[in-house]
Amino acid sequence: MYATRRGLLMGGAQLALFAFAAAAGLLKPIRALAAWNKAAFDTKDVASTVRALGGNAVTGSADIQVIAAEIAENGQVVPVRVVSRIPNTRSISILIERNPSTLAASFDIPPGTEPDITTRIKMAETSNVYGVIEANGRYYKAAREIKVTLGGC
Amino acid sequence: MGEPMRIRATMQGEVVNVRVLMAHIMETGYRNDESGKSIPAHFIQTVSVTHGDRTVLAAQWGRAVARNPYLEFRFKGGAKGDKLIVTWVDNAGDRRTDEAVIG
Repeated sequence: MYATRRGLLMGGAQLALFAFAAAAGLLKPIRALAAWNKAAFDTKDVASTVRALGGNAVTGSADIQVIAAEIAENGQVVPVRVVSRIPNTRSISILIERNPSTLAASFDIPPGTEPDITTRIKMAETSNVYGVIEANGRYYKAAREIKVTLGGC
Repeated sequence: MGEPMRIRATMQGEVVNVRVLMAHIMETGYRNDESGKSIPAHFIQTVSVTHGDRTVLAAQWGRAVARNPYLEFRFKGGAKGDKLIVTWVDNAGDRRTDEAVIG
């Protein structure tokens, strides 16, 4: 069902350019666009997701904000914004504790891009939603509980 | 493939504010149709936004990103008139690339 890794690798000039840039050391080889992290998206709890993203441990941080309405009437469309004030934030991931798969989305934040991402997620039921960020090789998290009136998975 | 993305990129002081609305079903694979048959998963897995030769955002998405995905972020180093290119690739290997001019 998933596109093969080879298929993705051969998928386009843009990917080739990215791979070339990574090889030339122009980009930090964080997680290349070509490699969808299946292992991370298969995880079922926050600790496993962080490990699959490459972290050994995750520390709570007051410098991460998960901004969302307290109550989501429709779990199919829940706007969420995650903002990090931790210097050198290199990635932002959104985790939903009580969804069938914990990891919803993961964003690489290159230098020059603000660690401030807004998107819309699906929630099966009321849950803690975590913003997990990577900075200087360490992982930090903050949570906000979002109450869901009508689940959407 | 699919409908064009709607991309708005506007200068706000020194940063470019980017808003993207994609047209995609984002099917989780967890649902059944009316006859009880499982509906296969079909969702965007990777997204990239490039400004010149620089990737300003790279994302990996799972099944829990909402249908017709919305994305908003900001980056420095852009200017009015510059081109921004957004590409997504889904788990069926479909892809779409659209561009916008920073206004």
